[in-house]
Amino acid sequence: MSIFLNKDSRVIVHGMTGSEGTKHTKRMLKSGTNVVGGVTPGKGGQSVDMDGKSLPVFNSAAEAVAATGANVSVIFVPAKFTKAAVIDAVDAKVPLAVVITEGIPVHDSTQFVAYAQSKGTTRIIGPNCPGLITPGESNVGIIPADITGSGPIGLVSKSGTLTYQMMYELRDIGFSTAVGIGGDPVIGTTHIDCLRAFQDDPKTEAIVMIGEIGGDAEERAAAFIKEYVRKPVVGYVAGFTAPEGKTMGHAGAIVSGSSGTASGKRDALEAVGVRVGVTPSETAQLLRSILGR
Amino acid sequence: MDLFEYQARDLFEAHGIPVLAGKVATTPDEAKSAAVGMGGKVVVKAQVKIGGRGKAGGVKLALDGDDAFEKAEAILGMDIKGHTVHKVMIAQAAPIKEEYYLAILLDRAARSFLVMASVAGGMDIEQVAHETPEKLAKVHVDPAKGIDAALAESIAKQAQFPADVQKQVADVLVKLWACFVAEDATLVEVNPLVKTEDGRIIALDGKVTLDDNAAFRHPHHEALVDHAATNPLEALAKEKDLNYVKLDGQVGIIGNGAGLVMSTLDVVAYAGEKFGGMKPANFLDIGGGASAQVMADGLSIILNDKDVKSVFVNVFGGITACDAVANGIIQALEMLGSKATKPIVVRLDGNNVLEGRRILKEANHPLVEQAETMDGAAARAAELAAK
Repeated sequence: MSIFLNKDSRVIVHGMTGSEGTKHTKRMLKSGTNVVGGVTPGKGGQSVDMDGKSLPVFNSAAEAVAATGANVSVIFVPAKFTKAAVIDAVDAKVPLAVVITEGIPVHDSTQFVAYAQSKGTTRIIGPNCPGLITPGESNVGIIPADITGSGPIGLVSKSGTLTYQMMYELRDIGFSTAVGIGGDPVIGTTHIDCLRAFQDDPKTEAIVMIGEIGGDAEERAAAFIKEYVRKPVVGYVAGFTAPEGKTMGHAGAIVSGSSGTASGKRDALEAVGVRVGVTPSETAQLLRSILGR
Repeated sequence: MDLFEYQARDLFEAHGIPVLAGKVATTPDEAKSAAVGMGGKVVVKAQVKIGGRGKAGGVKLALDGDDAFEKAEAILGMDIKGHTVHKVMIAQAAPIKEEYYLAILLDRAARSFLVMASVAGGMDIEQVAHETPEKLAKVHVDPAKGIDAALAESIAKQAQFPADVQKQVADVLVKLWACFVAEDATLVEVNPLVKTEDGRIIALDGKVTLDDNAAFRHPHHEALVDHAATNPLEALAKEKDLNYVKLDGQVGIIGNGAGLVMSTLDVVAYAGEKFGGMKPANFLDIGGGASAQVMADGLSIILNDKDVKSVFVNVFGGITACDAVANGIIQALEMLGSKATKPIVVRLDGNNVLEGRRILKEANHPLVEQAETMDGAAARAAELAAK
């Protein structure tokens, strides 16, 4: 088992004919993902060769779904076109839309997240995220497929490279699913959504949660863990040294006044029994000791 | 990007929100002529992007042009909580009867927009929310529907605005929403929104935050950037399209991915405790494509920082291949030549790591040493910085 993504996932790529889309479609295919087509408005009817596999291009997600039975969309279009692409996926009732694009205006993401919620048929992951991987089954986005294999750990993270780092630290144990939820102020799938899914997933035995400064998502996740999660959770929070009022790379990673600090997040997690590591390596060690490996 | 009060005032005016006459001045002479132009009695207000300037003596009433000159002379150059005052706004004085509060902001937790309105204006709204929450109305706005006259009136009512001003307040709120959307703001705050003795509703002071991600559809926002406040190294990094923040430590940091770089800063500060309190000197995320040029740009900015004593390059190759990063480092050092003088600790992992490590080993550059782990590399970089 896994969460959100498995061997039956049939993936379409919004922006497949663009340079980023082409590059990552090839990578996803190589790692075993069942990519069934692409969406580029105005290029419907063409087909594109992806290292020997010919993939059809459609004008809209609805056409792609009708022709291929796709149930996942991954979005690689530039920021200024992303809102339209997400709305296209939602209108086609694609159950999962993974938005990799970074630099999206927050008015746009707030609108498409609200739109998806009002329709109730599409889960959005991202924007500004690396995607998600269920090792050995499917890989949607830009997470390297060869870091580690399938195993009992569930991982949820705001950051892409910290996701890779943590998968690498625990590569001998393996992961059920690793989800990069993104570092923007408004995202479609939260820590809480992933914690709930990992708690409900029989294959996941322990959970690693990676957070960073900004907002209060980690504090709310802590409250949720206390209420709902019975599996062991270890945590890591990045940004203890970040100064107030400076955005640290991610649009959402900013401390304003006393809100959004790393120490506040660590304290909230520890208060509900989550063990929080000082470094990524130490966090991995905490998980090893819990699993006895 | 946070705006100065005078920029917020101008933006409000452009969107039809009632404001008083106001003019920015950078010298006492400019302040005087602005005051004379407004008929004499004005308020001289320090322009700094931090609260509490009134208490710090940064807001003064001036009775005429000469008085405005004196007040501006006193305020310009003043330090308010670490912010030097380079500009003052000369604002028309108005007889105030009541002070209110009105704001629209992005509510991250709710993934929606939020209106906050209160008749207890003029003070810190967090204090109002904490001490007298019944005096603060909070209403979420459906991003698809926005704020129309009917919703605005119901919010004004809910916030217990006096009946005689509800309509005017609602009108301001509708225009404030239009400004919020049209400018891609994440915060528009009016504090205080005042009722004057003669019954007018006016936005007396404003705070606006604009979304940098939306800059591509607002070319006019570029003119609002405060270049004077930008650190010269940060300005240089921005020219090179690098994501750089100057900090106050000694270990220069280069990494890929915002989360990993933030984590690297923490790990260095943690390791640095054992070496006399060495700390990270900067945040620098070189992003996905770590070409030789990007690495050279990054290294040259960091090596130009006189506070830097050692450098830690921390890369986990996802899409980026470690051999490309290694080649980037070597080529960057060739480009920099004798300008590169600080020791560099490199930790590579991930995509094509063995080849990357081999390239660095064979290049055998006297400044470069490799470490196996992130924690080990951080300790070594802190140790070298402390030497």
